[in-house]
Amino acid sequence: MTLNWYLVLAAILFTIGAVGVLVRRNAIVVFMCIELMLNSANLTLVTFARASGTLDGQVIAFFVMVVAAAEVVVGLAIIMSVYRTRRSASVDDANLLKY
Amino acid sequence: MSGMLVEAAGTGTHLGGGETVAFWILGPLALAGAVGMVFSRNAVHSALWLVETMMCLGVFYVIQEAPFLGAVQIIVYTGAIMILFLFVLMLVGRDTSDSVVETLRGQRTAATVLGIGFAGLVGAGIARATTGLLVHGFGPQGARGVGNVTGIARLLFTRYLLAFEITSALLITAAVGAMVLAHIEREPGSRRSQKELSKARFLTSRPQTLPGPGVFARGNSVAAPAMLPDGSPARDSMSSGIAPQQIEPLPQGTGRRQLGSPDDALGTLDPAPQDLPGGRTR
Repeated sequence: MTLNWYLVLAAILFTIGAVGVLVRRNAIVVFMCIELMLNSANLTLVTFARASGTLDGQVIAFFVMVVAAAEVVVGLAIIMSVYRTRRSASVDDANLLKY
Repeated sequence: MSGMLVEAAGTGTHLGGGETVAFWILGPLALAGAVGMVFSRNAVHSALWLVETMMCLGVFYVIQEAPFLGAVQIIVYTGAIMILFLFVLMLVGRDTSDSVVETLRGQRTAATVLGIGFAGLVGAGIARATTGLLVHGFGPQGARGVGNVTGIARLLFTRYLLAFEITSALLITAAVGAMVLAHIEREPGSRRSQKELSKARFLTSRPQTLPGPGVFARGNSVAAPAMLPDGSPARDSMSSGIAPQQIEPLPQGTGRRQLGSPDDALGTLDPAPQDLPGGRTR
């Protein structure tokens, strides 16, 4: 086995996350798909850090985790406040900015 | 773990046998978790599938000589972030299931085709471009002989110090933003008093509280409905979002109806109505 299998796995995980964002209507599940995409990017970073023998990739993956945590906190708060006014967590129902 | 790392540490293209086995077990598991997350109707199931994928990725980090990131992945992602997801799912209501209606016609098919095409292009491209990727690794002692955590800390507080400081600003902004977004400011005096609430309740058709779910000797689950006096389940006692559970009814009492009157059993005859004093009927 060579190292590029990890990269192929990360690419497939990223694609599944992207398809999930396009297909699912529940805003929370869409968020989970975004988390999956971030995770696959992290796997790529860790793999390349190992290939090059430097720790910079791991530090950047660490930053990605921090940003993902902040993003989840704000995103879930937005979903909750949308749910409070629209009584729905579906991305199709939030169309107030449409007209 | 260390044996596996030492085995894979030397410069070369091929990885150790232990790592190969771990990859081919955990890789399909991670993929199954991702696919399950996208395809399960129930959002809670989606979250649990995602937890599985993240666990597999955490093990991958540990295998790939990033034990610190592996631990952070398990603790922060599967521990904190996914619990936050489940928490919000429970607040929003887990019965807000996904609508099956397609808003844009053919969007699902298009997205799937796009995804397969993207995966093929990117996967094949990466696989070709990185064939023979040399694995330098960190050696048995971690980066430059100082270990993984120390090495990351050194980089974090020297080269990436500015980014680290900006991260703190990001985190405090996110925390304040979440509080502002989730907080509800009530107008003073807009709360209805207990008396008003009581009056409003008596104007409806059901002034009393709803019956609670059943508590029986044979099952005290919230999914078991309360029983009405005639033995039928009370529909109002069921909470929404939980499928009602049929509990086995208790055996009927061995009362007069089953055994008959004890007078019959003893053979004593009931007195006829006309025998009663004064001609009274029972």
